[in-house]
Amino acid sequence: MDESAFAAFLNDLRGAVGEDWVWSSDTDMFPYRDAFSPVWNTPEEIQASSAVAPADVAQVQEVVRIAKRHRVPLHPISTGKNFGYGGASPNVQGSAVLDLKRMDRVIEVNEERNYCLVEPGVSYFDLYRHIQERGLKVMIDCPDPGWGSPVGNALDRGVGYTMPQFRDHFGAHCGMEVVLPDGELMRTGMGAMPGADSWQEYPYGFGPDPSGLFAQGNFGVVTKMGFRLMPQPEYYRTGLVRVPRRRDLIKLVHHVNYLSDSGMVSEVRFASPLSALLGDPDFAALATKLGGPSDAEMDAAASAAGLHSWAIDLQFLGPEAATAAQWEYARDRILSDIPGAEALDGDHFALPATEAQLENDTQPYPTAIRRKGALGIPSLGIWEIVRDDGHVGFFPVLPRDGEAVFEMQRVLGDASREYPLPPYFSAVTAPLFWHSNTFQMVFAPSIRRDDPEHNAMVHRAMKHMVAVAAEHGWGDYRAAPIYQDDVAATYSFNGGALRKFLEAMKDAVDPDGIIAPGRGGVWPARFRP
Amino acid sequence: MRLAFAVAGALALAAGGAFAQQATRTGPAAPELEHGKAVYAHWCAPCHANSMGLAGTNSLTIKYEGTDIPGVLEDRTDLTAPVITYFVRNGVAWMPPFRRTEVSDADLAALSAYLTAPLEDRGAHTPLLADEMAEMEAAR
Repeated sequence: MDESAFAAFLNDLRGAVGEDWVWSSDTDMFPYRDAFSPVWNTPEEIQASSAVAPADVAQVQEVVRIAKRHRVPLHPISTGKNFGYGGASPNVQGSAVLDLKRMDRVIEVNEERNYCLVEPGVSYFDLYRHIQERGLKVMIDCPDPGWGSPVGNALDRGVGYTMPQFRDHFGAHCGMEVVLPDGELMRTGMGAMPGADSWQEYPYGFGPDPSGLFAQGNFGVVTKMGFRLMPQPEYYRTGLVRVPRRRDLIKLVHHVNYLSDSGMVSEVRFASPLSALLGDPDFAALATKLGGPSDAEMDAAASAAGLHSWAIDLQFLGPEAATAAQWEYARDRILSDIPGAEALDGDHFALPATEAQLENDTQPYPTAIRRKGALGIPSLGIWEIVRDDGHVGFFPVLPRDGEAVFEMQRVLGDASREYPLPPYFSAVTAPLFWHSNTFQMVFAPSIRRDDPEHNAMVHRAMKHMVAVAAEHGWGDYRAAPIYQDDVAATYSFNGGALRKFLEAMKDAVDPDGIIAPGRGGVWPARFRP
Repeated sequence: MRLAFAVAGALALAAGGAFAQQATRTGPAAPELEHGKAVYAHWCAPCHANSMGLAGTNSLTIKYEGTDIPGVLEDRTDLTAPVITYFVRNGVAWMPPFRRTEVSDADLAALSAYLTAPLEDRGAHTPLLADEMAEMEAAR
């Protein structure tokens, strides 16, 4: 695109949204760069040329039509806070960011039928405040940083920390409104039926449900999204179970799967008390040794230190008596099956929590659970764990099985040893139970704005880990634009049939390839090699 | 738990200065500062409030340890509008920059007015949203 064509494009955008809501200067575009980028200031960094911020759906439609006319790729963002996964940065150099932050209405929160309907620019902070100020008796499920958008987070399949049916944010959505690549407006599910009052209660309507195409996808611009909400629980309770031997994890996982899938527990945290020994060089060498330590070696180390091998932090939400019964059941179920297991009562109190209870300094054992997140209260407390100038993230999905945990510890541990990074994978690495029905582990090396060598090493490590994991059937769940092709390529069953299918649809509904080309590894024809 | 009570002593802050600041920090802000204080509450306080465990407050507390510059942005008297604008629009370390769709130029001007106003005009420290809502609930 030459200079005059670009100027004409910007001029048309200004006509649609007003002079004040279109930007293209370096200064104005700086905050649209990926602040956590490992390829900052290198030729691999993908930067947008411009940004446009519509105020409403009609303006979004007009912006999409303008982009189609000028054939300029649009990169939609909600609150633009997807740090670690690319921030607001696009997949194609010179894209125009479609910044939806101004569309920030909480359209409805229904406390009798337990749902909400929001626009993309609404943050978790905004939604929480809206609910609390009105005294509505529903609880949101939020990810760690509260400045994110329920719409944006769900569309990148983000996660939270409460009950299984709510913490998978895309899974908890119910009903979408979408501006399609030709500027038409579509609603999914019951939203497609004029006069229906069940848009946020029945997601499917009739016939194929295309809503999945808009998550990590590029088939339209989501302008409204509904979410199921949990009724404000009456009571909160925690408890800890520890098991002595390394291989006790296998039975422990089976029990936790049962408890979770039966709806008895909120998010749980696996941990190894042996992590406390990683400061000891001899133990660290054992836990990270190539090929992995033997079970006997790890059990001997645990025994010598007087520590258990694994622990599970359990959380219960519901009526007081129900949480007490569920904890008693969980404790008895595990203790009666695993010799040497022990249980510790945690906190328990009526909700909503007081300020002191939110500080979580009364639990009688150390816990990795962040109380605010566990109770659906957004914050930026998590930012305390960010190191250097940010990080990137690879979160491979693995089976919810103890043997798979041991295998990933060993395989990705061995693969990561060649990089001078903290030991993300070792014999004491516990699985994350974020998504409702699967485990993940975390590889999230830091980046340093002024250390290109470190960043290049991290960049190599990310691509290497994605490739090694895929050899074992472990795939990433979410990736920054600079890694989306690498990750998408690992989902290659039958010659990449899935990608071919998605690209065929992309070409059909977006023949000019203007909506986020490359997002999710889906490229329109004009950008395919 | 509020930072001022929990760690002011441990950090060996100049006690006279710290408590002098506390004494002036009650009630609402001056009316002309309300907009800026609201911007601070929404965009800055989640990381920079007068509270423990926040990345912004903790890192600034460490950065200025041994000086008389407080770690809580809301207690600073040395900031200027150009400095505030620079950090909001450019970020620093893991603090990202903020776009005009988030903090408008008018919001930024109001924020700068708030953070450069005399301490006695700024009113009480801005609470974290969670604490503000918990207090609201307790008052019901």
